[in-house]
Amino acid sequence: MRTPIAYFLMLSGVLFALGTVGVLIRRNALLIFMSVELQLNAVNLALVAFGRLHGSLEGQVLAFFSMVVAAAEVVVGLAIIVSVYRRRQSVNVDDARELRW
Amino acid sequence: MPLDNVVFWVFAPIAVASGVGLLVMRNAVHAALFLVVNFFCLAVMYLLLDAPFLFSVQIIVYAGAIMVLFLFVIMLLGVDRTEVRGERLFGQRWLAVGLGVGFVIELFVALRAGVGFGTRAPGGFDAVNEGGNTQALAKVLFSRYFFPFEVTSILLLVAAIAAMVLAQRKARAVTQAEAEEAAAARATAEPGVPA
Repeated sequence: MRTPIAYFLMLSGVLFALGTVGVLIRRNALLIFMSVELQLNAVNLALVAFGRLHGSLEGQVLAFFSMVVAAAEVVVGLAIIVSVYRRRQSVNVDDARELRW
Repeated sequence: MPLDNVVFWVFAPIAVASGVGLLVMRNAVHAALFLVVNFFCLAVMYLLLDAPFLFSVQIIVYAGAIMVLFLFVIMLLGVDRTEVRGERLFGQRWLAVGLGVGFVIELFVALRAGVGFGTRAPGGFDAVNEGGNTQALAKVLFSRYFFPFEVTSILLLVAAIAAMVLAQRKARAVTQAEAEEAAAARATAEPGVPA
């Protein structure tokens, strides 16, 4: 293992920033959701890299839990997107604005 | 150049490029495929970081199950529907890109101050991974993190029930007149078969 840990953390940061920009500029709810997944994965990479740096398995355990929670989140989120689509035939987030004043 | 450095510099640009692809693709299916590539590159990174169990979980759960679910929903909702162009907020897109770049720069500064660019991971992770990464992880998971592990199983159960409740079609109440009409229509369509 000769690659500096900071390289992994940099990659993780770049991917997280890409995911953030995706959440901000995309209008399709599905694509926003995919960007959130990208952010989650970037954070998982950072967790595993820090765990490697400190020589402990805790980072991997935490990443594992984060994957489980992400799976549950995807199931519920996609179900919400499908039910919103049934109601208004659109997945554009600008169309869902009942709660806006 | 050591081998793990080579692997890193092959897969890291692919990961970043596929992330950019996710951002710029208009077609949702193409974006999802870029995301699969990205997840695969991250799985390789886990392998470099001595986490082979997470490598396989990443491929099976993320690149496999979750992305199939995404593609399934994209197909269900219609793939030909491209995104609406035009911004609702003036300059939102460029502001977002600028903020993203600023975020990366800030992160690099913080990394330089905190971890340092040259810091290598200490050796001796084999001692932590004694008896294999999966076995070592299982030992920690089923002893110290046993309660959180059980709680996540409840979370998954709740998520499955929630998805069924959210996605079901509400059956419309059928009036008696409609039921009789339907029975009559069936009787005329198939004479001889009792309705």
